[in-house]
Order: sequence, then structure tokens, then C-alpha cells
Amino acid sequence: MAMKKCSLPFAGTDEQEKALMAIIDKHREIPGALMPVLQQAQEVYGYLPIEVQDIIAREMKVPLSKIYGIVTFYSQFSLNPKGKYKISICLGTACYVKGAGEITKKFQEKLGIESGGVTPDGKFSVEECRCIGACGLAPVIMINDDVYGRLKGTDEEIADILSKY
Amino acid sequence: MINIKFNGAEYAAEPGMTILEAARANNVDIPTLCWLKHINEIGACRICVVELAGPGSLIASCVYKLTKFDEGKNFLTHSPLVLDSRKKTLQLLLSEHNRKCLSCVRSNNCELQTLCKELGVDDETLYKGSNGLGVDIDDSALHMYRDNSKCINCRRCVAACDKQAVGVIGANYRGIKTDINCAFDMDLSSTACVSCGQCINVCPTGALSEKDNTDAVWAALADDDKVVVVQTAPAVRASLGEAFGYAMGTPVEGKMASALRALGFNYVFDTNFGADLTIMEESNELIERVTNNGVLPMITSCSPGWIRYCEAYHPDMLPNLSSCKSPQQMQGAMIKTYWAEKMNIDPKKIVSVSVMPCTAKKFELSRENQSGQGTEQDIDISITTRELSRMIEKAGILFNKLPDGDFDSPLGAGTGAAVIFGATGGVMEAALRTAVWKLTGEDVNSPVEFKEVRGVEGVKTATYKAGDLEVNVAVASGLSNAKELLEKVKSGEMNLHFIEIMACPGGCVNGGGQIIVPSKIRNFTDIRAERAKALYSLDVSRGSLRKSHESPDIKKAYSEYLEKPGSHKAHKILHTKYSATNLSK
Repeated sequence: MAMKKCSLPFAGTDEQEKALMAIIDKHREIPGALMPVLQQAQEVYGYLPIEVQDIIAREMKVPLSKIYGIVTFYSQFSLNPKGKYKISICLGTACYVKGAGEITKKFQEKLGIESGGVTPDGKFSVEECRCIGACGLAPVIMINDDVYGRLKGTDEEIADILSKY
Repeated sequence: MINIKFNGAEYAAEPGMTILEAARANNVDIPTLCWLKHINEIGACRICVVELAGPGSLIASCVYKLTKFDEGKNFLTHSPLVLDSRKKTLQLLLSEHNRKCLSCVRSNNCELQTLCKELGVDDETLYKGSNGLGVDIDDSALHMYRDNSKCINCRRCVAACDKQAVGVIGANYRGIKTDINCAFDMDLSSTACVSCGQCINVCPTGALSEKDNTDAVWAALADDDKVVVVQTAPAVRASLGEAFGYAMGTPVEGKMASALRALGFNYVFDTNFGADLTIMEESNELIERVTNNGVLPMITSCSPGWIRYCEAYHPDMLPNLSSCKSPQQMQGAMIKTYWAEKMNIDPKKIVSVSVMPCTAKKFELSRENQSGQGTEQDIDISITTRELSRMIEKAGILFNKLPDGDFDSPLGAGTGAAVIFGATGGVMEAALRTAVWKLTGEDVNSPVEFKEVRGVEGVKTATYKAGDLEVNVAVASGLSNAKELLEKVKSGEMNLHFIEIMACPGGCVNGGGQIIVPSKIRNFTDIRAERAKALYSLDVSRGSLRKSHESPDIKKAYSEYLEKPGSHKAHKILHTKYSATNLSK
């Protein structure tokens, strides 16, 4: 079986770990405090890789499997950091019926990552999002603050967009 | 008491009972898939729904606790609405299931299959789902595999693992993507799984199963160049009969020995000899530690699941572990040294098989420091009670018609002290029978029975007087109970000399390799107590031979070979070492 580990090496700093320990110390004795600990840990690191989950498991005396179960249950938690360029593909109703699902697949194939993932060089991340209010341009994507609309979803088009970054 | 109705007929129920329990008390069985009493009470599978007559609403009967406000309510346990709901639930489960019943190890003992048959689910082609396609099988661990194409997400295994204070599996993701797996989908072998197999015992389907090692046994039996020997653990005889229609708790020692001969094993030994030997070495070690200021409390080392747990979760307690190998390993070591020399057989020609109530034994045999002669493994193949039952069936042996057979001597005789090893408290009682005798000046009238350490409670404590000493002992079975006890020892709250710990709740009789009992029975029977009865009856039937040091075979083994308990030779062959592990927890 393939272990689902983040493709980007962990680069946590001592300060981040100190901040994490402070969060844990504040919640250690409180029953049911795992959620706020995970939320605040994600604020510190931007995501929750195995290295961070391991610390939380050990310190909060909860099996890693429980923490991973919670992190994968709620879509607000992320196992991967955002890329330098964050590709958000709108899966709102209008974009979806205009083929946003296919476009998502194309980006995943082109970059070799799944939704929520990040390329090994940390450059691009892909995520699905809900309506961004530009239904007239459907199907539409955003890369950081740049908007690309009326996409056809051809290989050339996607290669062309990515080449700008 | 409140008065409720089942299907229109009046019944009295205690407030606080669930609808399911009240129905059962009135001889109405409501089917379940996820519910395991005291272990997994989550109301998730919706198989146990009943209809509240009137509003016609469906209620999960396993979690709905009756109160005085339910007075007079009429619950329908098999109305058309109920049966239709159950059937739809099964159809949806099957849409994600691989449905390969013919080749499944749990066929005919599968709770999903049984329910589908009972409810007439035969149109499953209408519900096309993933059918379990594209699911990886995790066969990384030595003792078991997990095939999620047969998993119904009932979470019984997750709850059983949590109950063992291990918790290396959980429910990942959500909704249709829910997947029972380890954190980050890592291999089970990368986690601090202790190999106890309790998850297998509670799985309603064939998603979890022991690694089947019977092919290697069949091959050895067919090889004329090999001397194939077998040993059977005490607890196997307390469960094997269940596979052949005997009531739970029926001892089948004699028939088991005959069946092993009929399968073609050249020599049939009894791990009870190894158990008696363990007592000789362990009681000697205890007395040495007590009289020479050694590390106390000393903790038993018979249960490989417990050893794995201690190494991963409580490495600070490793000096407290007895250095004695487990009975399986002692027996194996004696077969390839003492017995091989005595019989003039080249140990390399011996294939040593063990039949165990345990999945962790499959792991134990390949551990380091488990070879009495330094090269070969003491045990070559370990199979579970379930695998033996399948071999007997496959060979067409009519188990129920077999005469009662005997074990081979000299490694086949065991005392009453040995046979109770299979029940929680048994090793403690057996050790006390010998240690108290030694400490009280070897008076022949030392006590035989130490009843305070018997029974299914998670933690038992007692104090016994032995000569000038007061010996404080404790017994824990099930790893969450062990954890609780160890914390009290570490904090200094309990001052003990000797502790017995078994990984499985109730000890080996409830081991992860025993015959699987469907939840329909498991939820309303104490498997641990029923099977233990078989062992305590065998103990009494040994008559005057109920203490390990009185066994003629043990006396002979020491006089002919081992010299005395704790001798240099005994240490080389019968003792081992442990080391901390750093696996994912």
C-alpha cells in the first residue's frame, strides 16, 4: 500500500514547534480539545503533515489514527501546503455543467497531483472551490488572483496557462 | 419496570435497557452488523431498525434506551417497513462489496452473508457500485491481512483496537470515501500493531483474516524427508470443538490429538509441557528476584501480544519482563535440542508446527533471540485454531467420531497447572502452585488452588503468604486493563511482586486465533468464562498432577538435560531478550 505522505519535505521551524507546544499546553487537560488544537496547529503551519500530527498524537495522548481520521473527515484541514501558485477550480453549478470536472482532471494529470495536493517543487497546488461569482465566464479557474474564464479544457490551453508561471 | 409491546404482544422491560436487549430478553432476536456490546455501540449500520407502530418511524434498537416515557409503545421487529429497510441497507452495502463468497475464508461464518440469505437479498445486480474494485489488500503484517473490498465500515475492528489501548486503525475520510485504515494509509507493519488479532475476531465479514500458513504445513506433511511435529496450546482444546458443533466450553483434548495424528503429523506434542517448563523457570526467576533485590514487580512474558505492547508503549517496563520464552518457544526449543538429541534426529529435518489460539505467535516465531540452538527457528510454522479446524475439514476427518487419543512422550504430558495457562490468571496460579511450595520449604501440603486470581475481571489482585514472605500479585487481561495496572505500578500506588498480563481479554481462550463467534452469540455469552470452564475442568481431571514441578516429564528433562531451573544451559535455550520499538502509534 502506498503511504499518503506529503510530496513536499517538511520544513517546520523551531519557532513553529514552540508555538505548537504552547497551543497543546493550553489544551492538554481539556477533554475534547483536539479540534481547536488541530485548527490552531494548521494556522501555525498552514497544513497538517505527519510530523505535526505525530507531535499532537504524542502530546495529547491520542492515537495518530484518530487524528488522521479527523483531519481527513473535515475538508477545512489540509494534509498539504498551498503551492506558490494556488489553482482554484470552480465547481459551482454553472461551471460544473460546462465541464469543470473534466478541467479538474486535466490539471491533476498535467501536474501529477490530486485535488488538495501540491507539486513536489512547491510551485502549484490544486483545489476545488465553490462558486466564485463569475458564472458568465464558466467554466472558470483562478490562479492566485488571476482569473481564467470560458475555458475549453484542451491540453494546449492548460499548458499555455501553466507556462505563464 | 415498564410495559412495552413487541409485535403487539405485551412484555415487561427494565428502564435503561435498549430495545434490542429487551427484545432479546423476550426471545426476539433483532439482527445487527455493527453492534458489539460494550465495545462498539454506535448505531451506524441501521440493520437493527425496528418500527414504532403508529408514527411508523424507524429506530436503531441497539442504541435506543427505554425510559418510562416508552410505556405502552408497540415496537414492530419484522414489519414490511422494517424488512424492506434492512434489505435496502444490505443492497447498498453489497454495492461496495466484492461478493466473492466462494473463495472467502469466512463463507458460511459471515454475518453479512447470513443476513443477505435471511432477508432474501438476491437482486444485488440492480445496485451497481464500486464492488470493491481497485482496493489494495494490506498484507504487510506477518499475522493478518486486511481486504477492504469486503469491509462494510462497521468500525468493530476500530473499536476492538481502541479497547486494546492500541488504536492503530481508524476511519479515514468521509461518506462514500470512508476507509478503515491506518493513519496516512501506512502499512499495518509500520504501526505499533501488537498482532493480538482481536480485530479479526470481531470482523463480521472476511475483510480481516489471519495469514493462512496451512499450505506450508500440507507441504511438510507430504515430504517424506521431514519429521513433522506439532504442539497444541492449552486454549486450543477449549475452542476447537466449536467448529464441529460442540457447545462452547467443551474440552476436546483427546479428539484434537487424534485429529492431528490423522492429518499425518509424525509426533504430536502438547504445549502444556512447555507451559510446565515455563513455570519451573519463571518461578525460579521470581524467587531469585525477590530474594536478591532484583527488579520487581516481575511480569510474565507468555503473551507475545503483550510483549509487543510493552516494547512499543511501555519500554520503561522491559526490565520487569521475565526473561523466559513463551511456552510455544520453550517447547520448540526443547524439540530441536533435547528431543532431537534423544531421538537422534537432525534438527534440520524437523518441521516444528504449533497450533495456537493466537495470531501474535506467527510474529513471535520470527523474533530475534528465539532459537535454542542458534541457527534454526525454534518454531517453523504457527497456525491458529481456525486454520487447524479448516485442515481437519479439508482432510475429511470426521472429528466428532474420533476416539480420544494421547500425546507423545516425553514432550506431551502436562499438569493441571499447564492447562490453565489458557485462562486469565492461569499462569499466575500455576506459578504460585510451584513458588509457594518452594518458599514454604517444599512442604507437600502447599495449596493447589488460588481462586482469587481466577475469573474474567480485567484486573485482579491478591496477597499470599509463602513462608516468611507476603507476595502481592496482580493479574490483568486485555491491554487497556494492563495499561491501567501499569500506570498504578509506575505511580507507586500499587506495590507488587508478580504480575501476569495477557494481551487478549480473558486470556488465550479469547485469543485472536480462536474459532470466530458471530455477534449474535458473542453479545449475549461470555466467551471468556465459558471456554475457561473447559480448562479448569481439565485441571481437576489431572487428579494428583496439578503442579508443574511434580510432572515426571519435567523432572526427567531437568535430570537428563537442563540440570536445574536457571542453569546456564536453561538460560541458553529457554530465555530471551526484549528491545524497545519505535513504530507509529
